[in-house]
Amino acid sequence: MQIRMIALAVAAFASAISTAAMAADYVIDTKNAHASINFRIKHLGFSWIAGRFDKFSGTFSYDDKNPDASKVKIEIDTTSIDTNYAERDKHLRGADLLDTEMFPTATFESTNVKASGPDKAAITGKLTLHGVTKDVTIDAQRVGGGKDPWGGYRDGFTGTTTLKLADFGIMRDLGPFSKEVELTLDVEGVKQ
Amino acid sequence: MHIRDTSQGYGIVSRLFHWVMAVAIFGMFALGVWMVKLDYYNPYYNVAPDFHRSLGILLLIALLARWLWRVTNPKPDLDGLSPFEQKASYAVHWGFYVLLLALMVSGYFISTPEGQPIDVFGWFEVPSIIKMRGLESGAGYVHRVVAYVVIALAAVHTLAALKHHFVDKSEILSRMWSGPPRPAINPKEENH
Repeated sequence: MQIRMIALAVAAFASAISTAAMAADYVIDTKNAHASINFRIKHLGFSWIAGRFDKFSGTFSYDDKNPDASKVKIEIDTTSIDTNYAERDKHLRGADLLDTEMFPTATFESTNVKASGPDKAAITGKLTLHGVTKDVTIDAQRVGGGKDPWGGYRDGFTGTTTLKLADFGIMRDLGPFSKEVELTLDVEGVKQ
Repeated sequence: MHIRDTSQGYGIVSRLFHWVMAVAIFGMFALGVWMVKLDYYNPYYNVAPDFHRSLGILLLIALLARWLWRVTNPKPDLDGLSPFEQKASYAVHWGFYVLLLALMVSGYFISTPEGQPIDVFGWFEVPSIIKMRGLESGAGYVHRVVAYVVIALAAVHTLAALKHHFVDKSEILSRMWSGPPRPAINPKEENH
């Protein structure tokens, strides 16, 4: 009887711990393209040109009770850069810009998530791009989440950050108005 | 003046094809090497590739026309060349056709795999026929390598022609410049 009580107590305790730590794991739905990594950079200071990375994958963990425990990890195939213009994409992959032959992947891995309001957070992490790893902070917002119509459970977020090309060793001079690129990540994760 | 080729030499059409394309191809090589290094703010940044693409399409048309002309005309004989030299010249000449075709087709695929047509001097457009993301980078690699091979082959071809002219004192270079000898009763009049 005594042993049985202890066993139950242990089980309940273990279950309590695992519940507390139970941020659910999600796989970003790139398979059905409910996620995109977009960027834009100024052209001559006159306008914005937009592009994206067609191929990437990622996972995150998220617990709406404890958003600060969230984690996110993304891996981008840099060769999949797409600005809807073949010659420019070729140039962007070239040695004087992304040098995708040397650096075919870019990664982001969060190191700290800090809620900054309801459904808002600052996600700090290490971005490795062009072989250079730097801390960046993504301003993230939860767009929504819940049961999907097909028996799964999803949560979706959008996040933005701004990068200085020179910080990542990309030294090609695109002009004084084109030194920074705005990155927007729209991701929807399917709970595993 | 001979329009068509004869067994004695090249008519005016073949000679124009030869020299005009030779100048254009060397010019295109220099233009290509130069234009890919231009700064973004260089005034020729857009004009130079526009010209390169336009002339490239015209050269592709010229190459096909030249090949048709070649196969529908008698081939000037290769008297005076050793069997090895005959084989080598055959290989070099057909090598040019194959390599130039590869060069021009690969150039076409740098510009068109995302659907954009090639505008030829504003006269007409060559549409994109294959849409394939990322093809431009592979095509660019082929284009660069083949361009260097073509120029190397042209150097071999030039050195061989000069050797025949100055060392062997043969008519092989002169007949590409002045055409077949006029029909003459006295063979001595053939000498230029």
